Amino acid sequence: MLDTYREIETPEGVELQLRPAGPIVRAMAWLVDVLLRFAIYMVAGIALQIFGRFGMGMLLIIVFLLEWFYPVLFEIYWRGETPGKRWLGLRVLNDNGTPVSWGPSLIRNLLRAVDFLPLFNGFGLVTILFNPDFKRLGDLAAGTVVVYKDKETHTALVPETDAHTPPIALRLEEQRAVINFAERSQRLTEVRAAELADIVAPVTGSQGFAGIKRLYEMANWFLGKR
Amino acid sequence: MNQQDFEQRNTPVWTRLDEMIQAIGKRHGKDQRDAKQVEFPHLYRQVCHHLAIARERQYTTHLIDRLNQLMLRSHQYLYSARAGNFSRVMQFIGGGFPALIRREQRLFWLAMALFVLPALIMGLSVYFWPEMIYTLMDSSQVSQFDQMYSPSSPYIGRERGSDDDVLMFGFYIYNNIGIGFRTFAGGMLYGLGSIFFLFFNGLHIGAVAGYLTQRGYIDTFWPFVIGHGAFELTAIVFAGMAGLKLGFSMLAPGRKTRLTALIDAARVSIRIVYGVIGMLVIAAFLEAFWSSIKSFSPEIKYIVGAVLWSMVLLYFIFAGRRHAD
Repeated sequence: MLDTYREIETPEGVELQLRPAGPIVRAMAWLVDVLLRFAIYMVAGIALQIFGRFGMGMLLIIVFLLEWFYPVLFEIYWRGETPGKRWLGLRVLNDNGTPVSWGPSLIRNLLRAVDFLPLFNGFGLVTILFNPDFKRLGDLAAGTVVVYKDKETHTALVPETDAHTPPIALRLEEQRAVINFAERSQRLTEVRAAELADIVAPVTGSQGFAGIKRLYEMANWFLGKR
Repeated sequence: MNQQDFEQRNTPVWTRLDEMIQAIGKRHGKDQRDAKQVEFPHLYRQVCHHLAIARERQYTTHLIDRLNQLMLRSHQYLYSARAGNFSRVMQFIGGGFPALIRREQRLFWLAMALFVLPALIMGLSVYFWPEMIYTLMDSSQVSQFDQMYSPSSPYIGRERGSDDDVLMFGFYIYNNIGIGFRTFAGGMLYGLGSIFFLFFNGLHIGAVAGYLTQRGYIDTFWPFVIGHGAFELTAIVFAGMAGLKLGFSMLAPGRKTRLTALIDAARVSIRIVYGVIGMLVIAAFLEAFWSSIKSFSPEIKYIVGAVLWSMVLLYFIFAGRRHAD
């Protein structure tokens, strides 16, 4: 109940799990983008100086385009990422989980002008904090959500050992519990894993590290190894 | 079927899909579409099915995560946005935009009133009581306007260089389109921001026009503004209208929830904003490169201005009548 997953059903009838990104990481991505734009203005400003007033006019157009359209173009052509978002592993999606499209991207980035009010993204921050999907005003109106990009899975495989029949028939949930233990125990200290394995000592018929090994063997058996 | 058999039987599908995603990521345009047409959706749907089975049978987290990632990534490609195509843009310019404005005309008249009434009232009061202008501006700003448009000022009659034109073009793009965007975005505050920008810009423009007219700078001021005003003033009203649409959707959502009403309204509003951007670019171009030319007599400026105004009016009254929507 406490996690921030958001589930979306695709047309294929399968649920997509998205993890909306919170205010801190989004502020950092925003800051990276701001600094990047600032660097571009500096470089462009110095380079265009030699063209005098013509260069100044060009600079103003560049500033205008970058201030308003930099996020839009990146979000469209980089599949929902700006350089700052890419750096921090975020991406913008439509509410239905598809990559953000032109209209929504433009809406959310024009409305940034309001999110920024009254000072330093004040309205945006307040809205993000009150919204379960961490949406700022622009996201609300555009129907978009900023999520963590998919990461490679970190769950470990069940360790490969010999398979061994369990002494008694276990129900499905019990089988799952054993398999889950085999997957997760590798991230625990051995002592803690042994402690957990001892809970089911009557089933494994052994204590301590031997119990862990027995559970691994059962897990392999449940997965179909013979 | 136990998990190992399941994995063994279906791994070819998963690796094939994985390869395809990686290949699509590297290609562009037509290749990408070709890949989408046949094999890709088929494989994707198979993987969706496998994921559902894996979840239902409670296979290991590792496998479910893997399938989930695979499905997520393919989903992103399969449903990625189509690039806006040229014919749709032309259709919008050719009639979609004016038809949209006419469909929302109640909002248009409201935005218009919020802009024009303050301009008229302020303009007339400054014309009859010139000191009224100091309610809006301080004396340095006023004397700046005096200098800019005074027939006796050294600037008048002197042609600007073309690089000055570019500088001003840049400034008008930066400043005016920015104002247009803020007028729209302000609508998100229950319409208040849009009302503020419309009202304040109306007051300001009215005050300047009233003041300069009263000072007798008619031949320097009006020929300058008449041409680009056709696009600029109309566009600002449209931007306000788009913002008001957002505001009203939240105030009076009707049978929808406030959020869905807002999202639906934003979809329409943003199309008005597309038009506003186009109009303001035209306006900035005219203002920088046409309005500033001083070698034409005021009469010619007025004639061209009248032509531009009638073009805008006729476009929004008549273009796209055949668009049923």
